[in-house]
Amino acid sequence: MKLLRSIAIVVYLKELRESLRDRRVLFNALLLGPLMGPVIFLIILRLTVAHEVEQAEKPLPVVVIGAEVASNLISILKQAGIEVLPPVKDPEAAIRTQQYDLILRIPNDYADDWRAGRPAQVEILYDSSRREAGSQVQRLRNALNSYSQLQSSMRIIARGLSPNVLHPIMIAERDQATPQSRSAMVFAMLPYFLVFTAFMGGMFLAIDATAGERERHSLEPLFINPVATASVLLGKLAAISSFSLISVIISLTAFALAGYYLPADLQTTVVLDAGFALRALPLMLPLILLISIVQTLVTAFSKNFREAQTYLGLIQLVPMIPSLVLTILPFKPQLWAFAIPLLGQQLAFMRLLRGEAVSTLQMSMCTFATLIFAAMLFYFAKRVYASERLAISP
Amino acid sequence: MIEALGLHKSFGNINAVQDVSFVARDGEITGLLGPNGAGKTTTLRMLYTLMKPQRGEVRVDGFNATTDALEVRRRLGVLPDARGLYKRLTARENIKYYARLQGLDEKVISARIEQLINMLEMNEFADRHTEGFSQGQRVKTAIARAIVHDPRNVIFDEPTNGLDVMATRSLREFLKQLRADGRCVLFSTHIMQEVAALCDRIVIIAHGRVVAQGTAASLREQAGESNLEDAFVKLIGAEAGELE
Repeated sequence: MKLLRSIAIVVYLKELRESLRDRRVLFNALLLGPLMGPVIFLIILRLTVAHEVEQAEKPLPVVVIGAEVASNLISILKQAGIEVLPPVKDPEAAIRTQQYDLILRIPNDYADDWRAGRPAQVEILYDSSRREAGSQVQRLRNALNSYSQLQSSMRIIARGLSPNVLHPIMIAERDQATPQSRSAMVFAMLPYFLVFTAFMGGMFLAIDATAGERERHSLEPLFINPVATASVLLGKLAAISSFSLISVIISLTAFALAGYYLPADLQTTVVLDAGFALRALPLMLPLILLISIVQTLVTAFSKNFREAQTYLGLIQLVPMIPSLVLTILPFKPQLWAFAIPLLGQQLAFMRLLRGEAVSTLQMSMCTFATLIFAAMLFYFAKRVYASERLAISP
Repeated sequence: MIEALGLHKSFGNINAVQDVSFVARDGEITGLLGPNGAGKTTTLRMLYTLMKPQRGEVRVDGFNATTDALEVRRRLGVLPDARGLYKRLTARENIKYYARLQGLDEKVISARIEQLINMLEMNEFADRHTEGFSQGQRVKTAIARAIVHDPRNVIFDEPTNGLDVMATRSLREFLKQLRADGRCVLFSTHIMQEVAALCDRIVIIAHGRVVAQGTAASLREQAGESNLEDAFVKLIGAEAGELE
């Protein structure tokens, strides 16, 4: 019973008990907060994958001018999934007006050049400023190149040489970094969703425990008890942090499970599994504490529940800043960057997602900087809590 | 015993309380009487340490409210103007929370709460969530949690506000019982009949100042009126005497 005597624990237990009876708090902490991120994440990934697969397999319509002089080439193109459309009158205008995306023009002297063994020219007309032009041109070019290579090999063999003489250098691509569009999205979205969850988990309790108590006129009688305001504040922060922590744990579990449903090609570039969850959790702990203090401070300055909700909604956008900065300016993180709360955690999460280790130094920079910042804000919150105007309801 | 010595508090340009001094003694009921906005609640807030007086001093059982705030709070049971209860907790849980904040022993707590529930006739609703309580049930719960630690001094801010006739009567009986236990009882009101029916000593406050204090008889004598209400109106000045 000695333990129960501690005021912070008394306050903590009361806040927990009250919150467990509040459907709104539970809904936010256990469902909406933790699961919204993983669900949105999976849906977006699935949609983009479906879109890209569709793009790759769909027949590519190409207007071909002069098809009659290159029948072999045309049949090869058809095998490569290219749909040959009949010629148009003014090909340049057709591209400009976006009537067609791609036009292949085969000049009349193609056949003569071909027979004479001279390079036979073909032209691709397209508009590179259009979003999908790049990948379509690439597909057509690949089809043309493979036909060209096949022909050159056959010509070399016909002259009694090995086709290998044509390939003094063989290029083997091993893509090391530059995350492709989808994995870049994972790196940008996931850290934000984790921080967002920490915000959502404790938000309603944070509002209720300060602005709500004030609005319902229960803060004044509370502070008339012989208790230090710091103990009351500590108890409330512990309760808010607990809900936030539960949210984050649920969210990390959901993300780790979502990792198994990632498209196969992403699973090689993104490490999202139980190991990620276990390494990410300790990084979140100081941040959870910091967020609970920020939320309490903000609600202490709000006149009522509604106002607090509005302010906290805005504050919730703050963790988007590091995400955006990292997406727009992907800089090589220096050590000091880990010492900035929010940014440090997001950098660490990105390393973990890439399957890289977070060094002890980076980890402790991130943790201690966040804790120091939290301690400074706690001191400030304590002063606000002890002020006359907080306790007295308007 | 609660002593107010030359209290002064202003908010911006408004002098809410100016040079307020009085003593509330043990075994007596002291009434702080004044019209709405006279500075009663501000005075009480300084007595129960939630506001710091800009000048003057508060003493409770000899302890200074500014330098020894926690000790003073332990010696006070306060029903403030704000009576917010936790609506998702039962009346009993509300009281228990305060008992724990007062640092009472778990064994003492349940016995004490049972005693208060009987004393304030709260049995019917003690284990219901306080959401939807009547005004009377609210005040009873707020009083029970205020005195759960069995304080020597009690301060009630407008305790009968919003209560019906029956609830008001039982509250008066309750205050008399506290006095019979030898406690110091101080309450504020803007209702004349209340002080006439209850108080051993009356402190009349208007425009943030004490305009008169003493027993009912001495106040009547001071004003030269045979009726306490007439005396009250005369003492605070007619324009401030908006009695309800």
